[in-house]
Amino acid sequence: MGRLSTELCGIELDSPLIPASGTFGYGYEFAELYDINMLGTFSFKGTTAQPRFGNPTPRIAETPSGMLNAVGLQNPGVDAVISEELPKLAKVFRKPVMANVSGFSVEDYVTSCAKLDSQSQVGWLEVNISCPNVHGGGMSFGTDPDLAAEVTKEVKKVTGKPVIVKLSPNVTDITAIARACEDAGADGISLINTLMGMRIDIRRRKPVLANRTGGLSGPAILPVALRMVWDVYEAVSIPVVGMGGISNAEDVIEMMMAGACAVEIGSANLTDPFVCRDITEELPGLMDRLGIKDIKDIIGAAHNG
Amino acid sequence: MKESVFTVTQNSQIATLTYLMRLDGDCSDIIRPGQFVNIRIEGLFLRRPISVCDLADNRLTIIYKTVGKGTEIMAGMKPGQELSLLTGLGNGYDLSKAGDSPLLIGGGVGIPPLYYLARKLREEGKAVTALLGFNRKEEMFFENEFRELGCDVTVTTADGSCGTKGFVTDAIPAGHSYFYTCGPEPMLSAVYRATVTSGQFSFEERMGCGFGACMGCSCRTVTGYKRICKDGPVLEKEEILWED
Repeated sequence: MGRLSTELCGIELDSPLIPASGTFGYGYEFAELYDINMLGTFSFKGTTAQPRFGNPTPRIAETPSGMLNAVGLQNPGVDAVISEELPKLAKVFRKPVMANVSGFSVEDYVTSCAKLDSQSQVGWLEVNISCPNVHGGGMSFGTDPDLAAEVTKEVKKVTGKPVIVKLSPNVTDITAIARACEDAGADGISLINTLMGMRIDIRRRKPVLANRTGGLSGPAILPVALRMVWDVYEAVSIPVVGMGGISNAEDVIEMMMAGACAVEIGSANLTDPFVCRDITEELPGLMDRLGIKDIKDIIGAAHNG
Repeated sequence: MKESVFTVTQNSQIATLTYLMRLDGDCSDIIRPGQFVNIRIEGLFLRRPISVCDLADNRLTIIYKTVGKGTEIMAGMKPGQELSLLTGLGNGYDLSKAGDSPLLIGGGVGIPPLYYLARKLREEGKAVTALLGFNRKEEMFFENEFRELGCDVTVTTADGSCGTKGFVTDAIPAGHSYFYTCGPEPMLSAVYRATVTSGQFSFEERMGCGFGACMGCSCRTVTGYKRICKDGPVLEKEEILWED
């Protein structure tokens, strides 16, 4: 195994880099640009039990050092993902993939997870209980420890694959949610989803986004993500996947030192479609300069002493 | 799609709030009129999508209007400045449907992609009519450039300060074989209702990535959900669903 290898819930990753759900489609747009098999894995577009168009446009707004999105989980539904997207994905990506699942009820999550459990290429289920852009569900599961635990427990009953619960930062105490998921049987935690925000068009005197609010991502949220990954790493003993504003090799090292065993990269893919390739190429040199032999040696390193 | 560094060779104001920029760089991925480039601007997170106005060898021309922070920064750029561009984005216009006498209908900064289209159609020997709409005389640009290509040009201004007073839909000539249009959405919607032949519409939307990854610019069509940036920006008249 190479210097970049790490492990996520018992599955070896050649690299800690994981493009985050909603920024990488089902992989094939990016596979035209570079060999995406250099990635550890990627988390595909959030999947729901039923097809969804999502929110009206505008769905995107710029912010200082980041962006707001209110896509609203546009996806073709779990059945079409399995019958149409996964076969296409398999042609360009040969490693286990992370299936990102969202829902509006516990039954939704269970339905989608049970179906995706039968797919051999799915390595992990990333259960998104933190989407801020849908109404009646989504994030509410991620802001209440009891609901978070219930989703986790019910999903665990229908899958043998590792379940990683993706948490919302829009809470008072994220460690309470993380612990509730761990106690309910989660195999890992990923964080953070986007921070809820808004912008107003001062000429039109209206919110920029048709959905009024959206989720903030990009470099602006890196310090928030680092703090939350740090806290969750201290609070649980299951693996933590860190994300939020990572856009270069230094950010990857920083996030892993905060406690992440792997990192997800989101909106950076949208402004620089080659960013994950470039970080992969830059990491070994940076590790040399920092005296890091194997990247897994630095997981949580900033907590020592 | 390609990512490459372009060098600004010219950046000049050609009408009120309207600028023409020429850039040198690798244009090999731009294969059709109606495609766009996505420009990284230092200090801003999102790239700015701008349609291709013209292309010759590896020299790209774009025309943009200053409507916000990104385009205002662009207006201050000097020759020699280097910019990261994603090129070859979007589907572009399908020229094979033009027939012998296509009509091009452009409004304001929707006009630039029609210039490259007009040039290509003229190279194929088509009799091209260009109907160009502006708010007022001070905002007009490129009517002579279309004439120099050999197009039959009609100009409308909303205030009547030049050409026919009114909107493009007040001046649509009869007898054309097909049409291509680009402009603000209210104009596109009016053109949709005012035209009798089939045609193609180029749409604008706020984009996240510009290459189909983020679903930020999706719209509903007769044939299902489409991404303006990847499955568009050009849609056929028959597939458009107007919302609101």
